[in-house]
Amino acid sequence: MSAPSQDNAVKGSIITRAIIYVVLILFVIYYLLPLYVMLVNSVKPLEEIRSGNMMEFPKVWTLEPWRAAWSYAQIGVEPSGLRPYFINSILMVVPAVLLSTILGALNGYVLTKWQFKGHGIVFGLLLLSCFIPFQIVLIPMARVLGFLGISGTIPGLVLVHLIYGIGFTTLFFRNYYAAFPTELVRAAQIDGAGFFQIFWRILLPSSAPIAVVTIIWQFTNVWNDFLFGASFSDFDSVPMTVALNNLVSSSTGVKEYNVHFAGAILAALPTLIVYIVSGRYFVRGLMAGAVKG
Amino acid sequence: MKDRLQEWVPRLVLAPSFLLVLLFVYGFILYTGYLSMTDSRMLPSYGFVGLENYQKLFALRHWNTALTNLAIFGILYILISSLLGLFLAILLDQKIRAEGLIRPIYLYPMALSFIVTGTAWKWFLDPGIGLENVMQQWGWENFEFNWIKDRDFAIYTVVLAAVWQSSGFVMAMFLAGLRGVDNEIIKAAQIDGASGFRIYRKIIIPMMRPVFLSAFVVLAHLAIKAYDLVIALTGGGPGRATELPATFMYSYTFTRNQMGIGASSAIIMLIMIFSIIVPYLYSELKSGEQK
Repeated sequence: MSAPSQDNAVKGSIITRAIIYVVLILFVIYYLLPLYVMLVNSVKPLEEIRSGNMMEFPKVWTLEPWRAAWSYAQIGVEPSGLRPYFINSILMVVPAVLLSTILGALNGYVLTKWQFKGHGIVFGLLLLSCFIPFQIVLIPMARVLGFLGISGTIPGLVLVHLIYGIGFTTLFFRNYYAAFPTELVRAAQIDGAGFFQIFWRILLPSSAPIAVVTIIWQFTNVWNDFLFGASFSDFDSVPMTVALNNLVSSSTGVKEYNVHFAGAILAALPTLIVYIVSGRYFVRGLMAGAVKG
Repeated sequence: MKDRLQEWVPRLVLAPSFLLVLLFVYGFILYTGYLSMTDSRMLPSYGFVGLENYQKLFALRHWNTALTNLAIFGILYILISSLLGLFLAILLDQKIRAEGLIRPIYLYPMALSFIVTGTAWKWFLDPGIGLENVMQQWGWENFEFNWIKDRDFAIYTVVLAAVWQSSGFVMAMFLAGLRGVDNEIIKAAQIDGASGFRIYRKIIIPMMRPVFLSAFVVLAHLAIKAYDLVIALTGGGPGRATELPATFMYSYTFTRNQMGIGASSAIIMLIMIFSIIVPYLYSELKSGEQK
């Protein structure tokens, strides 16, 4: 996003400026409020949430809810905490993101520098696949995963996320490589460089920015996915989002709000950290996903 | 020989991705489409019944609730997110000193999972421990806010949480649009003596048309797909009061063993999304080629 450089600004009195700042700050509060509520109540004893006030700081500080959420809260039938599911999510996210990014890079390279008859249709079909409601693939996918013998496994989930990530990763790299000078590719070709050599030596070295955008986008999407996780996982492959939902919506026993909040923050932490560390790229990915061309 | 090979390498590299998408997206769409015209219950079965499932679907009270809810949710979600996004973008575009600090705060909810958002809002809106309780403790003893437990109002809490999650993103889209407005036009209007407010209303906001369109497409397709948020926030309840097409499809297919009807509801969702996305992508790709 570009820096404020223009003069659209309304020329107003000090009062107008003050009102603008007040409104902006009110919205800062609005956006931070749920995060504040989660944080504050995740370090309170349960008794204090039930009888006290959700907005107030804890009278007694405790890290017990965090310990419970991480290592011994009841998730489904197991008092295992969220830790095993956190690990499941990592085991699922890393290969799914890397593989879909590599495929996206190669596809984008082919679709811009090695165009063939019908490349437009191929790209159109890949692009459209980004937007389908995934409900449409749930039934056949369950059968195919069973047929392949990987239903309810982490490799199965990796495959699902890989396939439905290809559209976006291809889109990102295709748009990026479209702006890359084709003359360089042609010159290398005349020098006798082959398909992979050109990709490796000429395009890849300048692909860091789009690779970061793609990896962040894929990481966020796969980590935050719930539908596929809920549909295609089994006891030992449940991802973090599904485990969190099991924790929070479990109907048995006392509702341990503080543990729920700690769990929710744990589930949000990886994507939040990515956002804080590289928000700029995150936004670029969002925009690229929204504004094509 | 080597040249022939070189010619085929690119296509061979692209082929696996293309075949995967062809099979797992378009093949699956056809398969689900076929299932929607069969008598499948718990498992797929291939007795052809024509459009019977669609007739049954639209006669179901639950499906009509889901559609009504989608209409309420979709319209409010798109409208409020767009207007709030535009409003915040215009405010942030007034040479705000702390913009670099404020912008990421407006935007971070987009990085969260809907399950996290749903959990946070579920307890925040819970009358027992959440907002209602807080206000009563602070002295407004008659304060009531139990929408999340109220069949008639629960769907609006879904709007509330969804707007919280996405409006910052819409703000970022509009902000990028505003930053792209040509200064000369604005200067000319200022010389003509137009006030700041008028310049926005008459010149700048009309220029945001493409952004409105992009925002509409993104938000509409998110609304039709909305699933996780409802599951985490209300679980589709109270009763079935916050049922949406996505939750309907899941429960009919996998818990009620009405796979034929579930498949037909998925097809309807696909038709809704494609009727928005296809014309949009088509015109975007067209204008992209002309550039």
